[in-house]
Amino acid sequence: MLSRRNLLAAAAVAALATGPAAAQQPVEIQFWHAMAGALNDWVDELAKGYNDSQKKYKIVAVNKGNYTEVMTGAIAAYRAGRAPHIIQVFEVGTATMMAAKGAVKPVYEVMEQAGIGWDPKVYLPAVAGYYTTTDGRMLSMPLNSSSPIFYYNKDAFKKAGLPDVAPKTWSEVRDAAKKLQASGVPCGISTAWPSWVLIENFGAMHNLPMATKENGFGGLDTVFQFNSPAHVTHMERIAEMQKTKEFDYGGRRGDSQVKFTNAECGMYIASSAGLSSILKTAKFDVGFGMMPYWPDLTKGPNGGPQNSILGGATLWVLGGKTPDEYKGVAEFFAHISKPDVQAASHQRTGYLPITLAAYELTQKQGFYEKNPGFEIANKQMTLNPPTPNSKGIRFGNLVQIRDMIEEEMEGVFAGKKAAKAALDSAVQRGNALLRQFERDNK
Amino acid sequence: MIEKQGAGTWVTHAILIVGVLTVAFPIYVTFVASTLTLRDVLAAPMTLIPGPHLIENYSTALFSGTKNGTPVSGMLLNSLIMALVIATGKIVISLLSAFAVVYFRFPLRMVFFWMIFVTLMLPVEVRILPTFKVVSDLELLNSFPGLTVPLIASATATFLFRQFFMTVPDELVEATKIDGAGPMRFFRDVLLPLSRTNIAALFVILFIYGWNQYLWPLLITSDHSMDTIVIGIRRMLAAGDDQVEWPVVMATTMLAMIPPVFVVVAMQRWFVKGLVDSEK
Amino acid sequence: MRVRVGYNNKVLPYILVAPQILITLVFFIWPASQAIYQAVQRQDPFGLRTRFVGLDNFAAILEDPGYLNSLSVTAIFSLSVAALALGLALLLAVSADRVIRGATTYKTLLIWPYAVAPAIAGVLWMFLFNPTIGSISFVLKALGYNWNHLLDGNQAMILVVLAATWKQISYNFIFFLAGLQAIPKSLIEAAAIDGAGRTRRFWTIILPLLSPTAFFLLVVNIVYAFFDTFGIIHAVTSGGPARATEILVYKVYYDAFEALDLGGSAAQSVILMAIVISLTVVQFRYVERRVHY
Repeated sequence: MLSRRNLLAAAAVAALATGPAAAQQPVEIQFWHAMAGALNDWVDELAKGYNDSQKKYKIVAVNKGNYTEVMTGAIAAYRAGRAPHIIQVFEVGTATMMAAKGAVKPVYEVMEQAGIGWDPKVYLPAVAGYYTTTDGRMLSMPLNSSSPIFYYNKDAFKKAGLPDVAPKTWSEVRDAAKKLQASGVPCGISTAWPSWVLIENFGAMHNLPMATKENGFGGLDTVFQFNSPAHVTHMERIAEMQKTKEFDYGGRRGDSQVKFTNAECGMYIASSAGLSSILKTAKFDVGFGMMPYWPDLTKGPNGGPQNSILGGATLWVLGGKTPDEYKGVAEFFAHISKPDVQAASHQRTGYLPITLAAYELTQKQGFYEKNPGFEIANKQMTLNPPTPNSKGIRFGNLVQIRDMIEEEMEGVFAGKKAAKAALDSAVQRGNALLRQFERDNK
Repeated sequence: MIEKQGAGTWVTHAILIVGVLTVAFPIYVTFVASTLTLRDVLAAPMTLIPGPHLIENYSTALFSGTKNGTPVSGMLLNSLIMALVIATGKIVISLLSAFAVVYFRFPLRMVFFWMIFVTLMLPVEVRILPTFKVVSDLELLNSFPGLTVPLIASATATFLFRQFFMTVPDELVEATKIDGAGPMRFFRDVLLPLSRTNIAALFVILFIYGWNQYLWPLLITSDHSMDTIVIGIRRMLAAGDDQVEWPVVMATTMLAMIPPVFVVVAMQRWFVKGLVDSEK
Repeated sequence: MRVRVGYNNKVLPYILVAPQILITLVFFIWPASQAIYQAVQRQDPFGLRTRFVGLDNFAAILEDPGYLNSLSVTAIFSLSVAALALGLALLLAVSADRVIRGATTYKTLLIWPYAVAPAIAGVLWMFLFNPTIGSISFVLKALGYNWNHLLDGNQAMILVVLAATWKQISYNFIFFLAGLQAIPKSLIEAAAIDGAGRTRRFWTIILPLLSPTAFFLLVVNIVYAFFDTFGIIHAVTSGGPARATEILVYKVYYDAFEALDLGGSAAQSVILMAIVISLTVVQFRYVERRVHY
């Protein structure tokens, strides 16, 4: 068992490092997360960086499986009275966490009570806005945020006689798809995370509401509206593209990635967090761009795109701990928000920088000249000041609602359902889940 | 056979050979994939001739795992512990309760018997949420007891031993009584040796049952150090925004199949007997 | 139940049954009663607010098209798996029973999939049918048939049925072979002397004598398809696309652990228990009457 020996060695080193000075046992802060592999190392280093910077507190970062498992695990632990201090929750769990008043301590409270001079304005509005109440209180601390961006196969574009630039509109995407297919590429474009890309971000990019009450930010009595004529037209057009494989559905989550990296599809819309993986496995030059939009459907400024919204996860603080422990949590959050720490995180993982300072620092270091893909998500999210339709979304039962939207989409793309019927049905079923959530959280 | 061997025999052999090949085909493809690089696997169509990367992929799987996984060697050990504890535990407690039910008369005997029977009607899947809660309340999440103990109760094994004990002649009990031996002596010196074949047969079946558990470990363990190999494979496949590392996943899949398949093939005779006898 | 010559001991029998009974109480009977209790409540995931709602959860389930879909998916899935796995296993068992040379080898080569975990069986077939890189989907595409089980519900169903069947054939094969070998040779010989050919002998003698085994296997296969295939569904399709493969067991899991709908999941558990109990009763009433070889 090599790894065990390494662990022992690491433990020995750690023991020596803290050494005799550590007369007082540091206060332990439990931090549960879902970051695996290389990202797990990143989180471990964030914790280590903070632990080495002071002696009072010790962040214990534990990977507890995937996002769902972290959440159910934390809930089970909370119910058994053994909750961790910090948990990483994916963006679809936001409403559930918000509704759990008493079980959760909002981040703005944690930071203000710690008295460490915290300024919520340093965070990028496009990122922090998603997790902030309508009266400006930040509820959770952004850790890893991403936004969908557009990828294209430069080699295939060249072969098809297309200019080496990302299509801006969906019409241009269709033309490119036709040309690609004529040159022998089987499929034009595919996407990952269908609901996130084709409904949630479509709405934000076109400044169309997904639901009333500022997409759920304004209250639990929000009602879905993503079956508007614009949404239906959008879905009908994509379904039409599916018939000729100009668009080809490739499954939920990131299942479709291999379609792009295998050069089966010449274009791809996926999370900016998939960047390094795509660059590693693609056997061709990859170009980047912003998500396309429909000029005839957009309500964005000057008939252009509005801005995109994010995905990923944030850190939530659970209730019922001592003020001293909360102070440790606050200091850790302050530590990971420092420009240099944050910039390093961003450059290492491809997730968005969460503070303005980190973004500017990365620019200054010339990182984006060498790695153009890393800036797209940020540019796209900050295209325009966010409107009530493009701040983000906040719905209860969103895990199910997302699955349901994708389910209905699959019906459309498989040719079993008309776009309108499918979106109507998704809205109706989604509303039922919203009402149930409203009742359960009165 | 009544008829002379003729054309019919060739057809029969053909059917069997096609059957064997169909059954083996997915495993062969998996094996091939575990000897290639990721690029080779992703190049459609994948070759069906094994490549040169066998040792590399298997050692990656065994000692470092995929990017979002843990080394398979640890998982194999977890699976082995789980399978052995479950198989042994089921056999031990079933032997004891079957012995009590068959050789003793005591109040509540039938109540206990029916309580054991009822467990047949409650597979873990149908009561998954409350059972998860019990384990979490007992603080057994992410622990071997939590992983194994709830799966140890076994009505089928108890019934099998009960059936078997019923066939043991009464004279044997009488004889040990005359020798002045107590019930536990009789159990140890007479019943256990007689049950050897049954125990071996059950052991194979229960070992595989334990090794192949999926839903239970999926929920009870979230620490990667506790992953069993079957769960590990699923974690490797859930790569999120990352590419699935097929060669390593396929090497892991081969490693996950070898132990139970070996047990079945090596103990074939007992296994078949045990399966047909226990009717489960 | 017949009581035999035994021991009279006041304490020992209780000690002997204690472990089994304790586990049964703590991990079977108590959770099952909890499921019934939770089924009449609504509770937020953190357990901060609990409301008694009577039979609302059941009403909601029975009105939910998703649940009705799940019922029909489960029926189609289990019957397809049972029919395919029984048919193919019978064909192979009858063939293996006929050959003289190599019978043991064939047997060994056919029983080992029993040892493969359902989830892994799922992964094997998923790899073969991966729309982009799978060997079989490549051949299908070359033949002009577009395989994409991520979008086409029927194809997803075929895929999980194949994986579940592949794993179950060996189990059925073992039982059929044991059943065939238990048929007295003299019967067959007598029929042969009467001039009954192979086919007729199969339909008039072998099949009727095998029917108890076949019925027993039918119940076992349905129970297998109901519960043991969770791993296949979870690892391969997650119930998709468009709920085409969302079997009941997967839905119970999903609603509890992904959707955090505790009341709804508990109510489904109660319905599932009723289904299992009826299946078990059928199986046991039949086993009581079963001809023992």
